[in-house]
Formats: sequence, structure tokens, C-alpha cells
Amino acid sequence: MKGGWLRIYAIGYLVFLYLPVVLLPMFAFNEGTVIAFPLKGFTTEWFVQLAGIEALHGALLNSVFIALVTASLSVIFGICAARASTRFRFPFKGPIMGAIMVPLVLPEIIVAVSLLVVVVQVLDLPLSAWTVIAGHTLICTPFAIAILSSAFQGLDQSLEEAAVDLGETRWGAFKNIILPLVSPGIVASFLICFTISLDEFIIAFFLTGAEPTLPVYIWSQLRFPTKIPAVMALGTLMLVASLIILSVAEYYRRRGVERVGGKDSGGFL
Amino acid sequence: MSIISLKAIEKYYGDYHALKGIDCEIAEGEFFSLLGPSGCGKTTLLRVIAGFEDVSSGTVVIGGQNMAGVPANKRPTNMVFQSYAIFPHLSVAENVGYGLRRARLPRAELAEKVNGALKMVGLEGFGGRASHALSGGQRQRVALARALILEPKVLLLDEPLSALDKKMREQMQTELRRLQRQVGITFILVTHDQEEALIMSDRIAVMFEGEIAQLAAPQELYRRPLTRRVGEFIGVMNFLDARQVDTGISQVRFDVDGLGEVEIKPEQLPKGARSFYSVVGLRPEALSIVYDGSPKSAVPGKVVDLSYYGDMTYYEVQLEGTSSPVTISMKNLTSRPVLERGAETQVTWDAGSLVVFAS
Repeated sequence: MKGGWLRIYAIGYLVFLYLPVVLLPMFAFNEGTVIAFPLKGFTTEWFVQLAGIEALHGALLNSVFIALVTASLSVIFGICAARASTRFRFPFKGPIMGAIMVPLVLPEIIVAVSLLVVVVQVLDLPLSAWTVIAGHTLICTPFAIAILSSAFQGLDQSLEEAAVDLGETRWGAFKNIILPLVSPGIVASFLICFTISLDEFIIAFFLTGAEPTLPVYIWSQLRFPTKIPAVMALGTLMLVASLIILSVAEYYRRRGVERVGGKDSGGFL
Repeated sequence: MSIISLKAIEKYYGDYHALKGIDCEIAEGEFFSLLGPSGCGKTTLLRVIAGFEDVSSGTVVIGGQNMAGVPANKRPTNMVFQSYAIFPHLSVAENVGYGLRRARLPRAELAEKVNGALKMVGLEGFGGRASHALSGGQRQRVALARALILEPKVLLLDEPLSALDKKMREQMQTELRRLQRQVGITFILVTHDQEEALIMSDRIAVMFEGEIAQLAAPQELYRRPLTRRVGEFIGVMNFLDARQVDTGISQVRFDVDGLGEVEIKPEQLPKGARSFYSVVGLRPEALSIVYDGSPKSAVPGKVVDLSYYGDMTYYEVQLEGTSSPVTISMKNLTSRPVLERGAETQVTWDAGSLVVFAS
């Protein structure tokens, strides 16, 4: 059979990638307290148990707050950078844009350690949700720029000039013409930044204060074998939430591309 | 009375000298074209008038008002962009009515004006359509309606027809002309298409390298190009080396390569210049192939190539004593069978259509 091995490779690849993820909801609904086969019976008890853990709720709220603020900041910075890079010419544009995008590929552990040193040793600030927000904004902004740049790039420059020509001020043209046209990109980048911040572990682990974020809390619970099924249930919920958010983000990004009549040039999904 | 007057406009982009002292008066209600190859500065000049580009020096006066420091949104000009720049997230009616938003008209009055503008460009009843679903020609019309609804003193058109196919382009050329006569607004058209400029304009400014090479009405421009370059750019022109042999009171005689001695009138000489050596230019229709009779001035030639257009045939004919063949256009009539490649023939000319360039 032609391409037989390639097909086997592709299937093997997908199994390796997604089998662990499928195991997560399986054990979340499993009656046994031990994570092992054979499965015992179906239960939703672990989900019920989740609802009763106070510390978990605190961690969840903490994470959502951090993710919301991080996403907002990243999108604002992203809009500024994407517009500057697509609309204006200025000296050292290449190196500047490169420097902004580097955190995308920088090992997070390096970012986390150096931020910890700066915050604690140099600035002498207490660790809090805001230090985590600072770290998350640093790594989320490049994602926002990447998505928003493609939204801004697809725009015909004359659109803005046409609005000005018809009596609009520069700001009015940006607000009434440019922003509505890139709004799908704004929504998409907001959701992606939100997701990244929500499940980011390393930076949060280093920079978090007395109130842990959700991933840090989950990690701390793994030491107690009896809590593991509940963690599985929590993981299942987060998996579903992430999938929904990413799908919505991709939907908006594609709609944006369609709206300005551009060609789809990738994206994250 | 001139609606726009440009005085000594200079524009630099860094070291690049884009506009080199443009002086130009554009009359009220005229259809004016800026014609030139790409990179000649015609679009830059249009954007200077619109207020999208600052001038390095010089003044722009529109309707008697100096435009220095007046931004694009406060100028009495509106523009039709090359890409049309239709706002894709707004409907056709919202696009057309965009410029009136600030006027805060009552809803009924706004709708009436938008309908009027759409009717003017032949898009009645299109108001509710989504603008991204329009064809190229329709987008062009929406852009026109959107600009004209504000009743500007001057309408600026930046290569508005270049994105349309040939049929559509010809149709829009006629329509733009009709529209311009109807609204009586001054139109300034930027184009690289000499035929389009000839068809549509009252006057044409031919630009090369940031300078106006010649500003004239279409007929004058075609018949009497000031320089060889203008002659070459507008239509087709044959150039032949020539030597002045004799100057009389009512005629000047030239010895033209390939044609021999030619008598022309003194008005045909370039102003001021009376150089001994010259180049003469002849349009393809100023030369003709002799089918019958024997005109007193005719020279032998050989057909090296031909292009048959149905109504016309363009011959490439090699004359004796010239390096390259000349182009001759002939109307096709039944009494004038199309010649074959390699045919020997006689060529005559209309001395009155000869253009003399100071070499």
C-alpha cells in the first residue's frame, strides 16, 4: 500500500499526543480512588467534591483575575506594537520588533528566575498577583502581537485615508474604521492570552505570593494520593474550557480574515 | 477662473526629489488629467492636493484659500482611491453616507441624499447590500457616490479604472465624463494610460521625473508634442533624422532621412529654436501607402511586418536610408487589399502633420 508507513506513523503520532488527554476525563468519572485499570464504575462524586474545596475556589478566582488583567494588558500593548509595525516606518524597526517577540521562544524558566531576582532582590517588592501579571504579560504580548499584526497587515492603508478624506479626524478614523475591522483579531488575541495565562505554571510558581494560581494549587495537591481523582476532574473541566476558548478565538480570527477579504495565512489552529 | 493653483511645489522624500517645481492652474469645472509613467510623481502631486502629503516648499491654493496647514479632513476635496477603499464592515448606504455623519442630518434627509447619490452612479436600490459582495465596477461606483455626496469643489481620482477589465473600463470612461458634465465639479484624474487621458480630459499635464513636460488639451498634445519624449509617450510616433536645407518666408525645407526633401510651414518649427540638425516626428496616420494615383512626393518602401486590427492595419515599412522601419496605419477598405509581408510599395506623407523637434 502506497504511503502505508506514513499513515501508521501519523496514527501513532496522534495516539501519543492525545491518549493521555483522553485518560484525564476517563479517570475523572472513575469510581476508584487509585489511578489504575481496570476502571471500576461511573461516578460524578469527584466533581461534587471539587465544589466543596475553599482553597481551590480561591486559586481559581486568583487565576481568572490574573488571566483577565494579563490578557487586557497584552492586547493593549499588542495593538500599539502591531499598528506601529504595520503602519509606520522608523529606525531600528526590525531589531525592536525582534526584541519584543523574543519571549515567545525564551525558556520560561529563564524568564521566571530573572523576574524573581529583579522583583525580590533589585526592586524589593512583595510577591503578589501583580508580579505574576507582570510575568504573564511579558510572555503573552508576543502572541497578541503575532495575531494582531496579521489583522492589521490585511488592512488596506487607504481605508484610513479615505475616512480622513471624508472629514474624520485621525483618531476618529482609527476608532470607527480600523478598530472595528481588527476587532476579530482583538477578541482572538484576548482569548489566547487569557488561556495561556490561565494554565501557565513556571512563572506563576516562581512569582506567586501567598495566594497560588490554579496550576500551582493543582501541583501542590498531587502530593496527596486521595486528592488525585478530584484533580483529574478539575483537569477535565479546564480541558473543556480551554477547547471552547481556543475555538472561539479561532472563529473570530477567521471571520476577521474573511471580513477584510484577505487570504488566510495560518494562525494557531 | 482657476479653482486650484499650484505654485513652485517641491517635494523631497529624504534625498529623493519627487516633485521639482510644479506650477499649474486648474480651471473650475474642467476635467484635468495628470499623465505619466509610474514614478513620475503624478500620484504624489494628487496626494499633495488632497492633503495627505506635505510639500517641502511651494503653495497649494484651492478655491482662493491657501491650504498650508489645512489637514485632509478640512479640505474641499474628496478622493476616489485606486483600491476604492470601500469600508468592508459597512453597507453600501453606510459607506456612501459616511461623510455626512458629522452633519447630523435627520434620518429621512440622509436617506434621500444617499439614494440620490446612488442613483447618480447607477446603483439605485443597492443601499442595503453588504459592500464586500460588490463587483469591481460596483465598488468603483460606490466610491464615486461616497466622494460626490459631499459636493467637493474638486474630485481627485487616483487611477480609478486600472483595476477594471477592458470592457468595464471603457464603459466607466464614458460614464465618468458624463458624471463630470452633470455635476460640474472639477475632476483631477491620475492615470498612466495615455488613451484614457486623451478620451476623458479637457486638459492633460504630462509628467516625467517630477516635472510637467507639457500641459495642453488632448488634440494639441497629440498633434504638437513639445519634446520627443512626450511624442513617444502619447500614441505612436516615428522619428526620422532631418537637416534643414533652406528657410523661406512661407516655408522651410528639410532633408529628411528616408523621405527626401520635405516642405513645411514655419509654424511647425519648435518655438525659438532654429537648429540646423533636427529630428522630425510623424504619426502613423501622417504616412500612407499609395494604392492609386501617383502623388508627386512618394518614396519606395518594403513591408517588413504588419498587424491586422480589423478596422485598421498597422504596417512596419522599411524606407531607404533609415535604420529602422516606420509604422504606418491604414484604414481597411475593400479597394485597399491588405499587403503581404515583403511587398514592395510606395509611401507618401502629409507634410502639414510633421512635427519638428530641436534634436
